[in-house]
Amino acid sequence: MKIVISNSSSDPIYQQIFNQIQEAIFQGELKEGEALPSIRNLAKDLQISVITTKRAYDDLEHERYIETVPGKGSFIAVQNKELMREKHLRILEDQLTEGIHTAKLLRLNLDELQNMLTLLYEED
Amino acid sequence: MENILEVNNLTKHFSGFSLNKISFSLPKGYIMGFIGPNGAGKSTTLKLLLNLLKKDGGEIKIFGLDSVRDQLAIKNRIGFVFDESFYYENLSIDEIIRVISPHYQRWDAQAFKRWMKTFQIHTRQKINEMSKGMKLKLSLAIALSHHAELLIMDEPTAGLDPIVRRDLLDILTGLLQDENMGIFFSTHIVSDLEKIADYITLINQGNIIFSENKDQVLEEFKLVKGEKELLTSAVRAFFIGIRENHFGFEGLLRNPGLLPPELKEHILVERPTLEEIMLYTVKGEDHA
Repeated sequence: MKIVISNSSSDPIYQQIFNQIQEAIFQGELKEGEALPSIRNLAKDLQISVITTKRAYDDLEHERYIETVPGKGSFIAVQNKELMREKHLRILEDQLTEGIHTAKLLRLNLDELQNMLTLLYEED
Repeated sequence: MENILEVNNLTKHFSGFSLNKISFSLPKGYIMGFIGPNGAGKSTTLKLLLNLLKKDGGEIKIFGLDSVRDQLAIKNRIGFVFDESFYYENLSIDEIIRVISPHYQRWDAQAFKRWMKTFQIHTRQKINEMSKGMKLKLSLAIALSHHAELLIMDEPTAGLDPIVRRDLLDILTGLLQDENMGIFFSTHIVSDLEKIADYITLINQGNIIFSENKDQVLEEFKLVKGEKELLTSAVRAFFIGIRENHFGFEGLLRNPGLLPPELKEHILVERPTLEEIMLYTVKGEDHA
């Protein structure tokens, strides 16, 4: 697992940790049942406060990405496939909306945008 | 959460300076930075914690024990690291240890040896031959070799180069792997040490300005920038501190949600650093 903290990012540090672990789960880099470093260990490695890492883990647990077993540590939770797809779709929608926004700034019409999308989709 | 350190309404009067009923607490397993400008009352507070000064009122509890009544029991369990080395300059480390180790019930000669090896310090060296960074490491090693559960440090990073500061960060975060440990440090320069702080207590002119979770502080305070024309007296009232120049203003406030909505289109809102929070809070008080 790799986590990179940026000091110039506008996202707070706990959010950066949350996003990167979430991303790693989406990408399948972190698999169900896999152990995460302890809160204190991660804080030491990243040289950040324990409360910050705790906040990130609490948020991940709240969103059911991870599970914490007292005395044993935190693990990647069994992911609900439906829920996961739902979350992915929401992220995709956000990204597309952003693209549409840029297209409008560039005065591209829907046809032109669709053409571009088709082209890119087939290229990939 | 159990508090390793608890200060309630602590008061101390000098001619010309008073510590005014200050209160704060540090839960077990965490690290707190005690920040404020020179003369804010940091050293006075630290001396009171260690019972080196007689308080005029309030109470200090360390490990749940009273700082005055249970002084001896507490001192066996705390380690302190001061800016100034207070060891006899002409003695060697070996000689110093011979003098001080009998005073600690839980002195661990093996642990001390290990720390000296880790820090690459020769114990035959005299204190006055050591650099500032080495002296800091020696104080730390002594504190850690009697298995202190609470580490109290006064300006530990003052005058240290970035490499030694990084070493110190590593040592402290290493210590915090133990959930029963607590660390309290004071500083007047906001340095990299704050990166690992869980709580920040800001003191100015003998008063606690806030004592809170660092993440929350950094999230709630905002630095606002804009044109000077926007600064009506009603708008000014929202700010803790403001700095103006020819081109505009920059001000610190908490909870910008309260600002008039029509203002929001014309201002730039940024996240301040701890240093900026300290600067504006302290300055703001001066001209308030």
